[in-house]
Amino acid sequence: MAKRATRESYGAALVKYGANENIVVLDADLSKSTKTDMFKAAYPDRFINMGIAESNMMCVAAGLAASGKIAFASTFAMFAAGRAFEQVRNSIGYTHLNVKIGATHAGISVGEDGASHQCLEDVALMRSIPGMVVINPADDIEAQLAVKAAIEHEGPVYMRFGRLAVEDVNSEDYQFELGKGVMLADGKDASIIATGLMVGEALKARELLKADGLDVRVINIHTIKPIDADIIEKAAKETGAIVTAEEHYIMGGLGSAVAEVVCATHPVPVKIIGTDRFGKSGKPAQLFEEYGLTAANIADKVKEAISLKR
Amino acid sequence: MDKKRVKELSIIANKVRKNALTAVYSAASGHPGGSLSIADLLTLLYFEVMNVDPKNPKDENRDRFVLSKGHCAPALYGVLAEKGFFPVADIKGFRHIDSYLQGHPDMNKVPGVDMSTGSLGQGISVAGGMALAAKLDNKSYRVYSVLGDGELEEGQVWEQAMFAAHYKLDNLTAFVDNNGLQIDGDVSKVMNPNPIDEKFRAFGWHVIITDAHDFEKLLSAIEEAKATKGKPTVIIMKSVKGKNVSFMENNAGWHGSAPNKEQYEQAVSELDAKIAELEAMA
Repeated sequence: MAKRATRESYGAALVKYGANENIVVLDADLSKSTKTDMFKAAYPDRFINMGIAESNMMCVAAGLAASGKIAFASTFAMFAAGRAFEQVRNSIGYTHLNVKIGATHAGISVGEDGASHQCLEDVALMRSIPGMVVINPADDIEAQLAVKAAIEHEGPVYMRFGRLAVEDVNSEDYQFELGKGVMLADGKDASIIATGLMVGEALKARELLKADGLDVRVINIHTIKPIDADIIEKAAKETGAIVTAEEHYIMGGLGSAVAEVVCATHPVPVKIIGTDRFGKSGKPAQLFEEYGLTAANIADKVKEAISLKR
Repeated sequence: MDKKRVKELSIIANKVRKNALTAVYSAASGHPGGSLSIADLLTLLYFEVMNVDPKNPKDENRDRFVLSKGHCAPALYGVLAEKGFFPVADIKGFRHIDSYLQGHPDMNKVPGVDMSTGSLGQGISVAGGMALAAKLDNKSYRVYSVLGDGELEEGQVWEQAMFAAHYKLDNLTAFVDNNGLQIDGDVSKVMNPNPIDEKFRAFGWHVIITDAHDFEKLLSAIEEAKATKGKPTVIIMKSVKGKNVSFMENNAGWHGSAPNKEQYEQAVSELDAKIAELEAMA
């Protein structure tokens, strides 16, 4: 299987879909890391380096969008959703301007840089802004299609990309639909609802559970907002137990979004897998192990969720 | 500018002041002091300088205005109403639940408002983005933005100051409403932003210092800004907070509090007297 970091997919997709003269790409001195340098090489006149000034970048992007541009503002998730939160909230969210936030290096998989750069709250923050679309793609194919969908969507979009290379979970003929979850494998005993690089782990967990005689559904939620309530309600009704998995704090992310739907439609046990504390330095694989972001932990939690079924 | 035009603009500016006070009085909340200090500038921009059309408020070739000190919405609404973007009578709805006139400017609700503002330091950055868009599209529209002198304490203003000079945004003109007062008192005592001129000069801007309440001087400063190539211009306007209402002038207490009925009526009668005096002039 092909392996690529979704930040590279971001850079590649900006080039692939960037011929539209209205598209401008902004970066805050991280173009080599966010991979917007690929767009810069292809369309130098429409690339704007903002220097290390994320707050200003978000508002300049708003000004460009207010003047008819499709403005991509790129930096690490920590600075896009964290440092510039209020700029995003007031100048992009409240105005509903056509700004696309390309947030790379999200989550604990940043690895060695440690807690200061491991943003584990961006989904919670961005999800709280009315009208903001939040996408966390699982692989290269999905990430590129997410960029295309963001260009076609009118209004603000937050895209969450990773630093770590991930295996493809989708095929080349994959059809991406904004706001629609994808059932990757059917099952009747429980459902694993995952996002981002945890989708691959969810599929592995399904195989582990097969050995125990359990038949588990796996759903990929790439668009965390607006959430696909139908696919979640259906999973609750048909499988009776849900485990969510994400590279994010337990508070406010995919798990919360799923629980909000389940509580309001068809209450069943929901176990949320995520982190509950700051990250730390280490190799991504070591961090996944320490923080429980593994197929084995997902499988354990599925069994716990099933045991809670009434 | 001839004397007749100065007189006309002075009358409009005092009507804008009345509108601003009516808004704040009707809402029993809002920011009269800074609204009165920028009323002359906004009148000059909307009635003499900017290419805007109330019938086509979204014209893509229009000049843009961003009120970075968004709390002075009463002045902006006051001038937009006088210009015909919406009925003057609607001013009374300011900050009311059934009105489109939000407490701070809202581009999606109020005709003629080019950007939603209110959180200090952000508007000037957005104005820079608009100016950059004009450059990218080879369009000739200009972007104007008003900052408070207290607002200069926001670090983001200086991120934008660096940016606008770096990208040579000579189509951007910023104004500093230098009335010397912020909510907690004298700006130099709360958090001294001075020297404002030297700071902007050091960041690579063309700097002009002028009188906020002299139309001819203000207009010539704006003409100088238009003629300045390769760098943005900041016009530091020495202004009087609460201008033209005797008991509000130079009083920080009127930054964010509404007049009572008696005070409102006195303020209006002072402004009416000024208008009558101007109209009686030859």
